[in-house]
Parts: sequence; C-alpha cells; structure tokens
Amino acid sequence: MNLEKVVFGFFILLALTLNFGFVLGDIDNPDHHHAYELWAAILVSLIATVLKFGDRSHMGAVLLATSLVADLQLIMAAFVWAMATHVQGGTDAQIMPSVVSLAGGALLANLASGVLLIIETATLRR
Amino acid sequence: MDSALSRVLFLFFRRMRTPLIVLILTYSISAIGLVLIPGTDADGNTWRFDFFHAFYFVSFMGSTIGFGEIPQEFNGAQRLWVAVSIWVTVVAWLYAIGRIFTLTQDPAFTRATTEARFIRSVRKISQPFTVVCGYGETGVLLVRSLAYRGIQPVVLDQDQLNIDSVQLENLGMDIPAFCADASVTQHLVEAGLHSPLCRAVVAITDSDEVNVKIAVTAKLLQKEIPVIARAGVKEAVDNLASFNTDHIINAYEVFGEHLAMTQRTPSVHLLHAWLISLPNRTLQPPVTPPQGKWVICGYGRFGSSCARYLESEGNEVTVIERKEEKAPEGSIVGRGTEAGPLISAGIRDAVGIISGTDSDTNTLSAIMTARELNPDLYLVARQDRRADTAIFEAAGLDLIMEPSRIIVWRILPLITTPLLSRFLRLLRAGTENDAWQVRERIAAVCGGVTPETWSFKIKPDETAALWDALEQGETVCLEHLHRKPSNRDRMLPCIPLLLARGDRTFMLPGPEMQLRSGDRILFTARAGTRRVMDWGLNNPKVLEYLVTGIESPDGSVWRWMARQR
Repeated sequence: MNLEKVVFGFFILLALTLNFGFVLGDIDNPDHHHAYELWAAILVSLIATVLKFGDRSHMGAVLLATSLVADLQLIMAAFVWAMATHVQGGTDAQIMPSVVSLAGGALLANLASGVLLIIETATLRR
Repeated sequence: MDSALSRVLFLFFRRMRTPLIVLILTYSISAIGLVLIPGTDADGNTWRFDFFHAFYFVSFMGSTIGFGEIPQEFNGAQRLWVAVSIWVTVVAWLYAIGRIFTLTQDPAFTRATTEARFIRSVRKISQPFTVVCGYGETGVLLVRSLAYRGIQPVVLDQDQLNIDSVQLENLGMDIPAFCADASVTQHLVEAGLHSPLCRAVVAITDSDEVNVKIAVTAKLLQKEIPVIARAGVKEAVDNLASFNTDHIINAYEVFGEHLAMTQRTPSVHLLHAWLISLPNRTLQPPVTPPQGKWVICGYGRFGSSCARYLESEGNEVTVIERKEEKAPEGSIVGRGTEAGPLISAGIRDAVGIISGTDSDTNTLSAIMTARELNPDLYLVARQDRRADTAIFEAAGLDLIMEPSRIIVWRILPLITTPLLSRFLRLLRAGTENDAWQVRERIAAVCGGVTPETWSFKIKPDETAALWDALEQGETVCLEHLHRKPSNRDRMLPCIPLLLARGDRTFMLPGPEMQLRSGDRILFTARAGTRRVMDWGLNNPKVLEYLVTGIESPDGSVWRWMARQR
C-alpha cells in the first residue's frame, strides 16, 4: 500500500462526492443546495489540484486538466452566487439554477477524474 | 528540447505542493470559522458572516493583520478566532514564500534554469556557429579569435569557473556557455549539434579521452559537420583517425614542428602568424634560431617533441631532465634551474636553450640561469599560461612558443577559411624559397601591417556578376580582379594565394589564369581591399569595365544614344 496513492485517491473521490452532494436536489430550490457544501467542494477540489502538480506522466497531465476544469467551474459558481446576492441584491432562489448548473459542470469534470483514476488502477497489474 | 524548461516547471510545482496545500487549508479554515461563529451587532441581534464577506475579510487579514472589523464590529468569539487566524495565515505565508526562495537557491533548480537558458540562447543564434568544447588556455584563445572574426562560438566546459570567465570577457557578442560534460550526448545536442547553422565542433578539452568521446558523438550524430579534435598521445590520435575525425591536432607534434620550422623554413612559420592574424597588426619580424648545439630543459611530451624535431634538422641536442626514469640516454639528470646541470649539459658552448617545464616560473628561472652562464645564448621558452605573458615579454627572450597559440593557428583557418588551411599545408610541404617569395610579396603589398586573408567561391550568391559573366561564356582572368574599379590601370594591393578547382589546386596562380564557375580563390591583401574587390565581383557594370575597359551606359535612353553614335 502506498500512502501517497491513498491520499491522492481520497481527495479525488471526496471532491467528486462533495460536488455530487451539492448538485443533488431541485435545481431552483435553495434549501437543497447549501453554501457550506459548495465551500467544502471548492476546498477539496483545490487540494486535489495541488496534489496533481508535478506529475509528469500522461495520466497525470489529463488528471490535472480535469481538476483545473472542476476548480474553474466551482469558483465560477461561487462567484456568480456572490455576485447575484451581494452585488446585485437578488435572492438565492433567483440565482440557484445558474449556481447549480455551473457546479453540475464541475461534477462532470470530477466524474471524468474519478473514471480516469479507476482506469489507471485497473490497468495497474501489481 | 523543451524538456529542460518543463523540468524546471515540474520541479517547481512538485516542491510547491505542500506550501500551496498549507495556504489553501489555512485560508479556508479561517474563512469557515468566521462563517460558523455568530456575531452580535449594536442592537444585540445575532448576525453571521456569509461566505462572500468571510472570504473578503480573510483575503486581507493575513497580509494587513486585520485592517478593520467589517462588515460590522466583531464580538469576543469572532476576535478570538481572527487572532488565531492571523497567526496561522501569516506563518503559512512566510512558509510558502520561504519555500519559493529556497527553491530558487536549490542546485537542481538553478542548474535546470541555466540549462534552459543555455538552450534558448543557442536556439536564438541566427548565424553560423562553432561549438567549442573545453575553455582552457587554448579554448580561451580560440573563442576570442573566433569572436574577433565575427564567428559565433558556443562554449561547453566542465568547470564553472571557466564558464563564468566566458561571461566576464567582453567580446562584443553574446556567447552561450554552459557548464557540462561535453562528452555527454545530450549536452552536445543542447549546444546545437543538430542545428543546421552548426559549422564545426572543436574538441579541445585537457583530456584526450573526453576529446575522443566528443568526436565520436559528433561524428555519429551529424556526419557532415566537421570535427576538429586535439590529442596528446598517439593512441588517441589513431583512435580519432579511425572514425574519420576531420582534423586531428596533436599539440605536442605541432609545437615541435613549428620549432623546427623556425630553423629550416622560418618564412613558413612567419606566414602562419601573418596570414592568421587579424588585419592591421604590426608584422612580426622573422625569427631565425641558429643551428648547432642546443640544450633542452624538461623532457616531457613537449621537450621530447622538440628534441626529435631539432635533431632531425641536424642539431646536437642535450636534455636536462629532473626525473631519471623520464630522461633519455645521454642526458643530464637534474634541475635546469641550477647552474650545475646546465654546465654539465655544455651550456657554455651551446648556441641556444629551450626551456619548457610544467611551471612557467621554473621555465623562466632556467632561462635566467643559462643566460648568466652564457650571454650569447639564443633563448627559447615555452609559455604555458597566458596570464604570464607580461613576465615572458619582460624576460627579453628571443622566441616565445605558446602551445595554445600554435594550436589555434591550426584550428582557426579550418573554421574561418578552409582554403587558407590548405594553403598553409602546401607551404609546410614546400621549400623555404617559395615561402620566402610569398613573404616578400606580402610585405611589399601590405606595408608593415598584417594582411586581410579571405576566400570566395564563384557562385551566384557570392559573386553574382562574375558568375553571370562566366556563365555567358565571357573570358575573365585573375588579373581583371586585381584592377581597381576606380581606375583599371592601377592594381589593387592583393595577392591570390591559391585557386581550387575541383580536386586541383593552383598555388599562387598567375594573372593570366582564366577563371571558371565554381572556382574557389584565396586572396590576401591590405586590409580594406576586400570590399573594393567585392564591388567588381557583384556589379556587372564594374566587372565589364574591369575586363574590357569600356564603361557601358545604363538606362535605355543612354544605351540607345550610345548605339546611334
């Protein structure tokens, strides 16, 4: 067992599950999408990205790319949310569909990360 | 090729992983803490930070140590948390910044950045260049000579001190230099071996083994690029020759050969100095060491080569050598710096002394002692280090032989004007009388300063007008090129040294020689003549005037009028 692999897999899967948890629920119902969960998803996603730095393999490069896409989508979601409620003075209900759909995009990227991780593990014959 | 640069980036990111994660964690935990802790406003109502304001506050908290309490005044719990957060974020920042600074000092990181910079500067070179491996005494001289002649060198050397001195030299051009083992293929490639602009690879490190490795690598990877290698021992020479190294220079042999030349064919030796030197320098006077009994101090590889060549010229040679096992038969064992061994070697009735030991100090000391004993001696010293030039000049020697200079004499024309190299080879094989005549002609033409020597080939992009004229079947003789474009009855101060036509070479071709397309001609002339001659070679009208003496009008009106006349 390789501790580095455990930590790496843990963060990738946690990013995926948190992201999924946030997206889950009615798209326009603010009660189903909590800000804390988005915050956790961004934090874990960022850490997962940093963990992928410096991996020179081809798989490492693709994983880094998917991770950067997820970061971008999640940060956009948070930015849009903050923009709508604090700058333009809207309500959570008005902006929620945009936030959730942006986070949904990130979910796809995180899903790709997860699939890649599983493929890599499956091809490893040791 | 980008690998060095991407290696730098990967190294950077890999080392930055932990500090980045620490930064992300401290910031997000500080922010979530603020969101979770309830605040109390002036009316006693409970309020909470939202994520947006928490992020905003935390962003400036670490760097400004809490600029102010916004959006509302904090309560005790919030202040406690902010106090903890400030400490943690400040420490995290210091840690991350410290890591960045450590990283830039890291040897692996600095090496990777210098390598990347070297590769980039080699790739930026837009003119033909020469890779010089080894920046010792000879390398310094060679690089300097190349730079003065406008030829771009690229330097590889294993010693960082040498590489630093490349950067310190002010040669008027940017010389990419990298501290690396030149015998490693990757470094040679990084120095531009695969570049179409690479003109030659010169292997002049101190080690024969490394030179052989460089030559093999260069020959295997790029068959057409000429490789010039220095070798000291015979095995290395044979080894180099076995895989078609283009030019092998045996430093010790060349040195002895030139020493013998000063006796038998002093003009040939002198012509080397004159033709290879930069133009407009003072012409060196001829040196003529006497024949007779010579004493040689030091019987290393230089000493033995000198002894052999001097003996072959009919001199009597006595050797003084410190180590008994190295000394040949009939030699004196002892120090050349002391009077005893010198006297027993017969210094009193000798005509000259050659002093060449491993240390320049001992070399000069032997010369001084010998001069005390016999003031009429002809003094020859081998100068090892260029830094000692001043004391050697002050010592009042008759002849200073600098091995590195002589090696550069051999290498330089191979790179700059290969035809000159061929001419010098023919001179060395010829007689003193021939060389003496060349010397007299050059001295007459150049008036006391060194000439400019160059070669050109009759082909469209070098000599457009001459090429066209020859292709149209006109007859152009060598003498036409000698004439002045301003007045064809006057002659340019130049001498054609060599004309190469296919495999044939003509030494000192006469003025009546008819030119053909594809000929390569080597000229030597007073500095500045080349530009005047280029005029006739490239301007059809000037060429026509030089050949026929007729100044044809240009422009259709003038041509029409000329026909009417």
